[in-house]
Amino acid sequence: MFRNQYDTDVTTWSPAGRLFQVEYAMEAVKQGSAAIGLRSKTHVVLACVNKATSELSSHQKKIFKVDDHIGVAIAGLTADGRVLSRYMRNECINYNFTYESPLPVGRLVVQLADKAQVCTQRSWKRPYGVGVLVAGLDESGAHLYYNCPSGNYFEYQAFAIGSRWQAAMTYLEPRFENFMDSSREDLIKDALISVRETLQEEKLQISVCTVAVVGVGEPFHILDQETVRKLIDTFEIVREDGSPAPEPGDAAPDLGEAAPAAAAEEGAAPMDI
Amino acid sequence: MTKHQANWSPYDNNGGSCVAIAGADYCVIAADTRMSTGYNILTRDYSKITKLADKCVMASSGFQADVKALQKLLAARHLIYQHQHNKQMGCPAMAQLLSNTLYYKRFFPYYSFNVLGGLDNEGKGCVYTYDAVGSYERVGYSSQGSGSTLIIPFLDNQLKSPSPLLLPVQDAITPLSESEAVDLVKTVFASATERDIYTGDKLEIVVLNAEGIQREFMDLRKD
Repeated sequence: MFRNQYDTDVTTWSPAGRLFQVEYAMEAVKQGSAAIGLRSKTHVVLACVNKATSELSSHQKKIFKVDDHIGVAIAGLTADGRVLSRYMRNECINYNFTYESPLPVGRLVVQLADKAQVCTQRSWKRPYGVGVLVAGLDESGAHLYYNCPSGNYFEYQAFAIGSRWQAAMTYLEPRFENFMDSSREDLIKDALISVRETLQEEKLQISVCTVAVVGVGEPFHILDQETVRKLIDTFEIVREDGSPAPEPGDAAPDLGEAAPAAAAEEGAAPMDI
Repeated sequence: MTKHQANWSPYDNNGGSCVAIAGADYCVIAADTRMSTGYNILTRDYSKITKLADKCVMASSGFQADVKALQKLLAARHLIYQHQHNKQMGCPAMAQLLSNTLYYKRFFPYYSFNVLGGLDNEGKGCVYTYDAVGSYERVGYSSQGSGSTLIIPFLDNQLKSPSPLLLPVQDAITPLSESEAVDLVKTVFASATERDIYTGDKLEIVVLNAEGIQREFMDLRKD
């Protein structure tokens, strides 16, 4: 009821002690298409759903290589994500230039979080509208972090952000304890299945998802379409409730059904993919 | 009033020679591995050659601290380029970048005499030669460093193509085969080592061709 009085700018607290602009920014993350991260002892996998505004356009890039040992997947305002990726790349290059060694993932994540926090405490700024899943490898092992528009960050064994993230989390929650010992292939398979969970009616196709891996002895890279297609083919695309996969004829997603949850009154804004 | 003189110099010359020769589908880049200061040898085993990109290799003689700083800068810029363009930098692009980077410090130059070698966008060998402040030119062959005055005349004699002012336009690229070019480089360094005190110890030869990058070493006189 009182939200509208205290949500004009980010420097206004509500009586309940909340910053609504920051919370709205986090809402923007939920409107973006899904991004999922999983981690084992030696590898981290990122997978995301690619959505295009129309069949005629290309889809947004959501996974970015930041350095040989770090990559990110974003959900929300992809323009903000691009800018943050450029910042992260720059930080890695500068650190490497000075110290001749790769920037530890935890350090980068803190720098990113501090950068996000600044935008929550300036009247002339707005929070970044993008959630960032940071996947990286350093001397202390494999890491997956989630950076929030609020400036918070947490380390995760597995996490999902973006639209229908709950469906992916439902799949991951009972299984995450075993991920530490997973093989690289199993980790990728779990990531693909999580992506499939967020797609609901749609068929899991290579055109819809992107997968990236970083691991011991394996620099961060996006898996090519052929590899992903083979992986998708190795596991059945039968729904867990037993209903068969949709016919190849209706491969084109029904955008009306894929619209985000009822939280947004107008539906996804054009800048959110 | 006498002019105020500095009592130290920010520069030092670590000596050594570099050579590069461009062929029809290969490029040979070579440099000795001796690092000296004054009349002393600092080490007999220091590489003056660095790979900047898949198809671009740089050899630099002069003040190795400045050379190292220059190499690091170019490597960082190359990484940025790869992030933005999703591909490696080609040799002509790197050549321009090096020139701009050198001129950026026009009034406190990198004491680095560079020779860039690689394959151009058509796969033909290319060599670019520089002065310390970035003036550069694409040539068929070049040498920089303490032994360059001994090496260049010999290469002119063995490789020089007709004047570029003649018509029809002749390629600067040597008609030599890859192995002939490598042999020529070995001969040239053996000769330079005889008379240039700063050149010697070991020769590092890098060959760039369609198969990739190969490296070989040859011993030189150690005196």
